[in-house]
Amino acid sequence: MQRIRLRYTKRGRLRFTSHRDFQRAFERALRRAEVPMAYSAGFTPHPKVSYANAAPTGTGSEAEYLEIALTETRDPDRLRELLDGSLPTGLDIVEAVEARTSGLADRLEASVWELRLDGVEPADAERAVAAFNAAGTVEVQRRTKNGVRTFDARSAVASLESLESAETQSSQADRPIDRPCAILRLVVRHVTPAVRPDDVLSGLRAVADLAPPVPAAVTRLAQGLFDEETGTVTDPLAPDREAAATAPTTAAATAAAKAPV
Amino acid sequence: MPAESVFPQLEALLPHVQKPIQYVGGELNSTVKAWDECDVHWALMYPDAYEVGLPNQGVMILYEVLNEQAGVLAERTYSVWPDLEALMREHGVPQFTVDSHRPVKAFDVFGLSFSTELGYTNMLTALDLAGIPLESKDRTLDDPIVLAGGHAAFNPEPIADFIDCAVIGDGEQAVLEITEIIRAWKAEGRPGGREELLFRLAKTGGVYVPGFYDVEYLPDGRIGRVVPNKSGVPWRVSKHTVMDLDEWPYPKQPLVPLAETVHERMSVEIFRGCTRGCRFCQAGMITRPVRERSITGIGEMVDKGLKATGFEEVGLLSLSSADHSEIGDVAKGLADRYEDDKIGLSLPSTRVDAFNIDLANELTRNGRRSGLTFAPEGGSERIRKVINKMVSEDDLIRTVATAYGNGWRQVKLYFMCGLPTETDEDVLQIADMATRVIQKGREVSGSNDIRCTVSIGGFVPKPHTPFQWAPQLSAEETDVRLEKLRDKIRGDKKYGRSIGFRYHDGKPGIIEGLLSRGDRRIGGVIRAVYEDGGRFDGWREHFSYDRWMNCAEKALAPHGVDLDWYTTRERTYEEVLPWDHLDSGLDKDWLWEDWQDALDETEVEDCRWTPCFDCGVCPAMDTSIQIGPTGKKLLPLTVKK
Repeated sequence: MQRIRLRYTKRGRLRFTSHRDFQRAFERALRRAEVPMAYSAGFTPHPKVSYANAAPTGTGSEAEYLEIALTETRDPDRLRELLDGSLPTGLDIVEAVEARTSGLADRLEASVWELRLDGVEPADAERAVAAFNAAGTVEVQRRTKNGVRTFDARSAVASLESLESAETQSSQADRPIDRPCAILRLVVRHVTPAVRPDDVLSGLRAVADLAPPVPAAVTRLAQGLFDEETGTVTDPLAPDREAAATAPTTAAATAAAKAPV
Repeated sequence: MPAESVFPQLEALLPHVQKPIQYVGGELNSTVKAWDECDVHWALMYPDAYEVGLPNQGVMILYEVLNEQAGVLAERTYSVWPDLEALMREHGVPQFTVDSHRPVKAFDVFGLSFSTELGYTNMLTALDLAGIPLESKDRTLDDPIVLAGGHAAFNPEPIADFIDCAVIGDGEQAVLEITEIIRAWKAEGRPGGREELLFRLAKTGGVYVPGFYDVEYLPDGRIGRVVPNKSGVPWRVSKHTVMDLDEWPYPKQPLVPLAETVHERMSVEIFRGCTRGCRFCQAGMITRPVRERSITGIGEMVDKGLKATGFEEVGLLSLSSADHSEIGDVAKGLADRYEDDKIGLSLPSTRVDAFNIDLANELTRNGRRSGLTFAPEGGSERIRKVINKMVSEDDLIRTVATAYGNGWRQVKLYFMCGLPTETDEDVLQIADMATRVIQKGREVSGSNDIRCTVSIGGFVPKPHTPFQWAPQLSAEETDVRLEKLRDKIRGDKKYGRSIGFRYHDGKPGIIEGLLSRGDRRIGGVIRAVYEDGGRFDGWREHFSYDRWMNCAEKALAPHGVDLDWYTTRERTYEEVLPWDHLDSGLDKDWLWEDWQDALDETEVEDCRWTPCFDCGVCPAMDTSIQIGPTGKKLLPLTVKK
């Protein structure tokens, strides 16, 4: 059995896809692309797909991860192209590597988020960020299925900063320029209970009354291992890629010999 | 007319609504065309929530048929839930299509498919959100032509004020003919305005334009006559019938949504029409004659459709799927083909018949045998003769015995309450039937772990059926009868706990009855309900009986009629019915004779296997039944290793 890890995106209007919606769409894409999936045992077998830490509905992402198990080996790059072609534009498969290590989910320790606040003056955002960073704890509330829950949104935040718009990674081309716009960059550790970008926005409202006039456009830029010293988040697929480079193998070689996929 | 996307405005609202994915489009196999490269633009609506509307086969077929044409663009729109409606009104966002988020008002045609009358208030919501005047008489050249289709359009009179025209019957060819008429009229510079266009459509005899007909009433409230008010407009409008289903293998590329919807499967219509002659069934009456898709045509659609969608289930649709002349070979052929692919096969709408158990077994070769559904419809032998559902209780018991003996654990039985001539006794016999089913099931399966679920709903008399003259049972009487049945089932100590009971109260049925057999005076009721906030009437949590009752009382009083007059009143032979000028092909005298036969408890055979009994459709439409067998078989798609 071959295991392949994929990085995929939720871009543009398809960021409104919920995780359940994505699962259905992905499993149908596997069928259309005729990927030789391994199935679970039991009365109603399911294709073996492990999803890790999906972004909330409505937030964009450049860095979602999943792992699939195949009964026959395939070339990861070819598979990536095939699956990407089978999914709608916006749900894009951007990377594929053969799994050589264990514990992908364990390597997703933290996320880097970009929060675009249309209609907010950068100076106001900067003040709010400073107040948030200065606070020891920031109590926020979130409505859950079991009622309203109160928790601290501050301690999970590794860094929060306000950027000059030139530094941002998402496209600004389609935005009117006559309107102020603040961009925040947030690095948050994956803790339990989870602290989401929304909770940090609630925190900014709590400490500095920051209230964006339109919903923030939130995008996950990366997730991976968190380096305490540099405060950076590293590529979670890097260990697999390195392992593949040092031990070129059987799987890729035989798949290449047997092509087409 | 500009047709720019309203998505930027909509996008800001989406984080605040439930299930935003349903409004963003981008479904697999959806089509986006350049506006300016097309000269005829259709907005197609299924007037219910996206999760119900998206899988609708009718809309999906027309969407694909139209988009295949060069120079023609079709996009889809669905009802928005009240949370988004409120935000759209607050922020001035109009009703939009999900494909390109264009405003509906910019299109040439706004076509709505009505499977049920309970979608009428949703049409008014959509028109208003689109900025299109609610009533036809107030529209201008800036507004689309509002066109109704679907089964409910066989009596479009209750919505006559709101639509510009209606098409009855199969839409595939009709939409293309309408497209050509619109194209020519636009190319000529839209001479004579909307009236001229509607006149050109009406002249074909296949498009009903309510505005070209006047309805005259008698002093007692009944209709005197319906008469064209413009020369050149035909007295009667006929339905459209597609004769060769193999020439119309749609949908070829079924839409695959990202959002979860009510049916997620590859549906193939294996035949259209039904000649079983169940007297309550409007679909069976108005879709005659029977036209089968060939076994090879079915095989090809399934193969291509699965490749295009990635669905895991195939549904073989029709009004009575086991009646296809080669259903055995179809089922076996598909089961053979997809045995290793984890593709589920389902056959909805089957009759009570032991042969169908063999079919069901074939379709579930490797899978789970959970439940089988049958529809005896009536609890007593007598009432089944009235409705012409020819199945004896012994047949049913034999059938379920085979089912339980083959490992099926649950049997669902569908019934109706409030059928013509029905008494409490007819309905209470449902409990006896369910008891016998469980008794027999325990005996043949040797297990107590089997179930039978009785599901029962109120009967609504429909236009173009032998029961179009029948009195409907009031909501109160329906509820009393169903409570008696419930008590009898629950009171059965030995078998009651193995019998599930599901029923719907009689209230929505009475409103559906009002809308089904209503005339133009009902338009005022629909509008009043809409203005009072009525939406999504097909949804229990949104439907308000009291609102409908209040509005009906007020809106109908000036006309000297009331809700009971439309629902629980029996009609006579002489009465002009509101839909008499819409020709479904059925001979009204034959329908009347069949109604009299029903009252005499006389059954009528199926014309597929017996001589013609002159329902009128084939000669009137110049058609005939088209059934196999072709003698062909489905071959394996690939050689097995």
